[in-house]
Amino acid sequence: MLLSLFFWSEATWLGTAVRESVWLFAVLEALHLLGLCVLGGSLLVVDLRMLGAGLARPSIAELADYARPWLLGALALSVATGLPLFLSEAVKLYYIPSFRVKMVALPLALLFTFTVRGRVVRNRTLETSARSRLVAVASIALWLTVAAAGRWIGYS
Amino acid sequence: MIRSLLEWLGNTPWSVRLLESLYAWSLVESTHVLTLGLFVGTAVMMDLRLVGLTFGSVPVSEFTGRLLPWTRTGFAVMAVTGLLLFYSSPLRYYHNLFFRIKVLLLIVAGLNVWLFHGRIHRNVAAWDLDAAPPRAARIAGAVSLLVWALVVVSGRLVAYNWFECDLQPQPELVNRVAGCVLEP
Repeated sequence: MLLSLFFWSEATWLGTAVRESVWLFAVLEALHLLGLCVLGGSLLVVDLRMLGAGLARPSIAELADYARPWLLGALALSVATGLPLFLSEAVKLYYIPSFRVKMVALPLALLFTFTVRGRVVRNRTLETSARSRLVAVASIALWLTVAAAGRWIGYS
Repeated sequence: MIRSLLEWLGNTPWSVRLLESLYAWSLVESTHVLTLGLFVGTAVMMDLRLVGLTFGSVPVSEFTGRLLPWTRTGFAVMAVTGLLLFYSSPLRYYHNLFFRIKVLLLIVAGLNVWLFHGRIHRNVAAWDLDAAPPRAARIAGAVSLLVWALVVVSGRLVAYNWFECDLQPQPELVNRVAGCVLEP
């Protein structure tokens, strides 16, 4: 049932186009990696602030407001490049454990970022708290899992 | 001369062990890639401040004082893991077109860092709070964004064998730039 969806994905014109091109897969991968860079930066700049280990000014909320468009942009770039990469080799990915780990960790990371973390980054004071530190550690751990699982797909 | 040195290096026991290892090589490369999020990620945030695109009310000295140590840590990890990867297969990377492009770009990026911290950043006190820093700082930020992005892209492309010396025929330009040694 699920597998047939993956077969269908691979047969889409976009999946076929990426698979049959010499350059397209590599270019998408490179852009996906640039997405990782900006995503990492826009998350870390706020997470480190919440840990009390990076920027100490301004407030968590103000910093998160500055970082948000870049976070959203990086997510958009990552999804927009990740989707055609997926389509080009969907059936192979179906059998790769680290792809499954990534597809579980990714929605969790997104959910966490826009719910729990989203509430904590509204803090307008300059103080960090046990809560903000915990949220920062969880955010780093979740996104690191997504990235590490993603990288490991290539070794499978 | 360089080639025989690299050939010797690639035949040292630890180089062979690293290249043929089941997990070590993958772990080193994964670390190299994931640390991009820390190194390039935090560098990009500071560059965005320098070009004046965001973080306008955050003092530039806050970035160079409190975020830069993280960027430096990231760079140290990138350098160590990168050198290990090179050590695992020196001759192959030496003749890889994208690796050569990457090394040149790294030199440009390094010069930009040296120019920024050695000169432009010296009088940061005068423009620390400006949402749009002076022209020289904005240019340094823009150059950094562009060159590091190209470093990442060329680094990613090192993995592709489109222009390997072993896969002839290649365009003459490729053979020259990659320094391929061709059998007559």
